[in-house]
Amino acid sequence: MTEPATPLWEVFIRARTGLAHRHVGSVHAADATLALQAARDVYTRRGEGLSIWVVPSNVITASDPSDKDMMFEPTASKIYRHPTFYEVPDEVDNM
Amino acid sequence: MYSQALNAPTGPVDTSEAAARFQARIDAEERIEPNDAMPDAYRRTLVRQISQHAHSEIVGMLPEGNWITRAPTLRRKAALLAKVQDEGGHGLYLYAAAETLGVSREELVEQLLTGRAKYSSIFNYPTLTWADIGAIGWLVDGAAIMNQIPLCRCSYGPYARAMIRICKEESFHQRQGFEIMTTLAHGSEDQRAMAQDALNRWWWPSLMMFGPPDSQSQHSDASMRWKIKRFTNDSLRQKFVDATVPQGHYLSLTFPDPDLHFNDATGHWDFGTIDWDEFRRVLAGDGPCNRERLAARHRAHEDGAWVREAALAYAAKQRATPLREAAE
Repeated sequence: MTEPATPLWEVFIRARTGLAHRHVGSVHAADATLALQAARDVYTRRGEGLSIWVVPSNVITASDPSDKDMMFEPTASKIYRHPTFYEVPDEVDNM
Repeated sequence: MYSQALNAPTGPVDTSEAAARFQARIDAEERIEPNDAMPDAYRRTLVRQISQHAHSEIVGMLPEGNWITRAPTLRRKAALLAKVQDEGGHGLYLYAAAETLGVSREELVEQLLTGRAKYSSIFNYPTLTWADIGAIGWLVDGAAIMNQIPLCRCSYGPYARAMIRICKEESFHQRQGFEIMTTLAHGSEDQRAMAQDALNRWWWPSLMMFGPPDSQSQHSDASMRWKIKRFTNDSLRQKFVDATVPQGHYLSLTFPDPDLHFNDATGHWDFGTIDWDEFRRVLAGDGPCNRERLAARHRAHEDGAWVREAALAYAAKQRATPLREAAE
């Protein structure tokens, strides 16, 4: 195919105020304005959101799934980061 | 709207250690995500199935689009317009899911236009009367839902997530179809006859949507093992017949199958033999509307070329402008 590829954008939607924007999918569009319009049409036909972010897919840096153990395992062994690690006398309730 | 279980994984069974590790993840009901290691055959099967599914949604807009301008009331017209727009949206969710497997949107579209990729055989039948819009919503979307609900638990994360959105939206499609059928079935003699005629024409093609019988689809084993597919074609088809026949009888309509009867022993509706020759003929390109459907897709693609070109040229110009200003 001789036609140039249309860039890919990741779409994030805030369902209602008080919630974070959440990834919902992606769209192809030539620029940011068109990407926003496409995201509106494709992902919010039934009142799914109040705010949309579109981000060029190629600017996202992601962790490598094969590094999962190296990246996340160390937190599993640090149980002293959780409140239940610490002992509080029964007489002192609700801390 | 749905893929026809023609997605035969090919080649010998992979016995490597990597394949065993992958299978262990599948067996543990873990979801596979885009950057995870996966066997080539799993990737190929998914690209084929998801893209066929996407193409079916896009081509599926055509038979119904035929009636938008001739819908009998504004209410029906607004609903049909929304439904057809949904089908377009479903196609886009699915293309996006297929692209996570490393195939570009442009390649996928080209595969459809050149006829290398297939789409569901059901969309090669014509919509001759308004009652066909009712029958499509009721039967074709009903069959699609039956097929798609298990796909919400498919092992490939992006496909499963797309299917969840699609299933949520699809239930309005089936209800609007059944409402049209109900109105016609309770209408004048002519309207009743129109509803019956639509049911007669769409019943058998709807049963074909579940794909070849289990005895003939030797490849569904791999799809089942990989949990892409969770039920066999025949079991889903039976489920659809059991759910749909009482709905038709409720409307006092009859099914074009003299062998259709309730089997007291099994608790299921037994049905007659499906004409698999017709299925294969339509799939191979010789259905009533194959050429028309592809011609419509070609026309849409070619007519849109200048828009895509202009949008990209404008974007390039916008990107270049701030740089030039900075240089001055």
